[in-house]
Amino acid sequence: MRDVAVIGVGLTKFGELWDKSFRQLISEAGAKAILDSGIEGKDIDAMYVGSMSSGRFVGQEHIGALVADTSGFSFMHIPATRVEGACASGGLAFREGYFSIASGMNDIVVVGGIEKMNDVGGSSATETLATAADQEWEAFFGVTFPGLYAMIALRHMHEYGTTKEQLAQVAVKNHKNGALNPYAQYQKEITIEQAMNSTMVAYPLGLMDCSPVTDGAASVVLCAAEKARQYCQKPIKIIGSGQGSDTLALHSRRDICTLDATVHAANMAYKQAKINPKDIDLAEVHDCFTIAEICAIEDLGFVKKGEGGKAVENKITTLDGTMPVNTSGGLKSKGHPVGATGVAQIVEIVTQLRGEAGRRQVKDARIGLTHNVGGSGATCVVHLLEAV
Amino acid sequence: MDSNVARFWRQIPQRYNLIGNQCGSCNKIFFPPRESCPYCRRKSMEKMHPYQLKGKGEVITYTIIHVGPKDFEEQVPYPIAIIRMDEGPQITGQIVDCDYHKVEIGMRVETTFRRIQEDGYTGAIYYGYKFKPCSVD
Amino acid sequence: MEDIGIVSYGSYIPRFRIKTEDIASVWGKDGSAIEKGLGIKEKSVPSIDQDTATISVEAARAAIRRCNINPQDIGAIYIGSESHPYAVKPTGTIVGEAIGATPNLMVADYEFACKAGTAGVQSCTAMVKAGFIKFGLAIGADTSQAAPGDALEFSASAGGAAFIIGKEKVIANINHTCSFTTDTPDFWRRAERKYPSHGGRFTGAPAYFKHVTSCAQQLMEKAGTKPKEYTFAIFHQPNGKFPVQVAKMLGFSYDQIKQGLIVPYIGNTYSGASLVGLASVLDVAKPGDRIFLTSYGSGAGSDGFDITVTKEILNLKREKAPSVMFMVNDKEYIDYGKYAKYTDLLYWE
Repeated sequence: MRDVAVIGVGLTKFGELWDKSFRQLISEAGAKAILDSGIEGKDIDAMYVGSMSSGRFVGQEHIGALVADTSGFSFMHIPATRVEGACASGGLAFREGYFSIASGMNDIVVVGGIEKMNDVGGSSATETLATAADQEWEAFFGVTFPGLYAMIALRHMHEYGTTKEQLAQVAVKNHKNGALNPYAQYQKEITIEQAMNSTMVAYPLGLMDCSPVTDGAASVVLCAAEKARQYCQKPIKIIGSGQGSDTLALHSRRDICTLDATVHAANMAYKQAKINPKDIDLAEVHDCFTIAEICAIEDLGFVKKGEGGKAVENKITTLDGTMPVNTSGGLKSKGHPVGATGVAQIVEIVTQLRGEAGRRQVKDARIGLTHNVGGSGATCVVHLLEAV
Repeated sequence: MDSNVARFWRQIPQRYNLIGNQCGSCNKIFFPPRESCPYCRRKSMEKMHPYQLKGKGEVITYTIIHVGPKDFEEQVPYPIAIIRMDEGPQITGQIVDCDYHKVEIGMRVETTFRRIQEDGYTGAIYYGYKFKPCSVD
Repeated sequence: MEDIGIVSYGSYIPRFRIKTEDIASVWGKDGSAIEKGLGIKEKSVPSIDQDTATISVEAARAAIRRCNINPQDIGAIYIGSESHPYAVKPTGTIVGEAIGATPNLMVADYEFACKAGTAGVQSCTAMVKAGFIKFGLAIGADTSQAAPGDALEFSASAGGAAFIIGKEKVIANINHTCSFTTDTPDFWRRAERKYPSHGGRFTGAPAYFKHVTSCAQQLMEKAGTKPKEYTFAIFHQPNGKFPVQVAKMLGFSYDQIKQGLIVPYIGNTYSGASLVGLASVLDVAKPGDRIFLTSYGSGAGSDGFDITVTKEILNLKREKAPSVMFMVNDKEYIDYGKYAKYTDLLYWE
């Protein structure tokens, strides 16, 4: 297997982008990544794009070809493939791009992730997101996506004494980081009181425990590591990639509070990179809900199971903590255009490892982790990146 | 044709009567029924037998839905829980006939037959299980 | 004489209640006067996820739990209701499937205003007697509708009862049954209309009273009995007054009808009304008790039953399902706003 590096990144603004279409968003992110990388269109061997539900959000499937077309590559007939794994679609697309270069089949690949979620109404968006859950045995009976994570949260509170305030601290921290990110949907700090007293969505989770509905796209350019320096001064190497699956329905899991798919994916990535969690300088984790960040830092091995809430309370995960988590603002504050999220996480880590993160820069960051989850934990993909 | 009709009809045994199945190799019970046992896999093939759950179990976690999907909007706030059935399988279901403040982890519940969804005012009605506090245990 | 009768029974009453005074205050009426006039303190309200099918399933499952018969031995299901969830598509198939009685099963839904349930009991009795089936399941259940502001709104409620009829292990023998039927338009609901209409005071003397008394007298003549020979009497109960008056007219005492008079607590469950009363009587009945039952359905007709409780009732596991009085007392009050939501008064496009 060949080493692979990220040589270019691009991101659109995240938010309610009423004047931008699906096509405009993905073209913008792709163009930014390509310009950032120093490659030209003719150098691209293949494209991968992650989108959870373009069919329900904008009524369009077959978006592999659409993305190649709208980006101006239709006459070059570049192989273009869509990858889907609910909210992990972006992370999975990245992994497929990585494999295609590592295998020796391709040298340069563009990976994109996108979701245009605001072209449908709020309840339609909620229903579409619920298709990531088990439609027949969960959603049919009236459980919502926040409801599933709320059940994880309540069990976590029951077993480990995690508090509503600790959940709120996740939101406060991520908004603080997001306030420093010009691409974030909410560039605004919130208080612990606001986070604790927000409108109830699914007890014990309030509105401020939930990531928003977001339009946005992200893109990266991957290149065989041996050729990376031809195009780029600061290639960022992929040193580990892991993926795991689990039962579609939350109720069938071994343990309600543990995302075994995360544990599996993380171990796979750590093993490949020959590192352990202590070697990681920062992480972008899948905080679709505040409880998800607490579970993530446990399941990724940053803290012991059950100690995630305490870790947040002790400020271990803040920008100046010992393990900064979600420096971008996370899904909570940066926004969560579901198919784009996994790729946007890579963009943030690459930006940090290049030392270009401005006011939210983590000092001397060398190794970063991304953690992207689909559904309530049925799919998880973890990547490790290193500045070389 | 309302597209959901066949999909619902196929699952009537599960939705009405909790018909799961049991692995003839390791005796584990599954609900909903599985095509094969994930523990025994090929050893379980042709040995998955129907098994009806009795309908009683214990709440292992729950939530109160305040923002519900379209079909459930009129019911908010409503409790929904993961219930560990006495036979082992865990099931997600709504809890009814109970003040939602009184739902708690460890509570004993049993199934009750209710309308779950309907395809609007003109479409089919889909019935199935919900849970209520145990009356006669 | 060969025993044919009730083998087991079950009932179901939804938990929600609305008080008569709360309905009255919405329409600017005197709640206590209406409560006194109708003899109804409060009525049951189905929750949004309940209808005649769900009530029937719960009642039928209670009946099966108590007697332990194999549901596959049930050969016919007749459900009487004027609120079948579908206009076309039977409630009986839903119930048959939910209790495991399908597929070798005769099913038809009945409608005869408030007496369709007792008509089902008669059909099952006849089928068993003819040897066509081993057991029959007859159910009377309703989630009755009343137009907002109409007098019926104070009484129209939800509930039902199910009876397994057979020849084996009969807990209550049906000695005699008869009916009295005429064409009397006292109350109706036209096809495709949501709410029923009625003839006001015309529903009294020429309708309810004439049919109930005629049927009751015919039954006693047939059975050669007098009112005082009965331990319990149940009359259709559209409100708390009519059954008390009709009992008096026929020579029954209040003590005889008390146990089966459920309407003051839950309102009129229409097809369920007299049968929920019968279930309440069976909850306490002892061997040798004699029960007199007369239903009434607008349009109009009455079915009468002369019933004797057998020793077998001591073997029935009555405790395996909640009694009528338990369900009467297991309640949660709602206000008119919630009532309007639950009974689909607030629908919009």
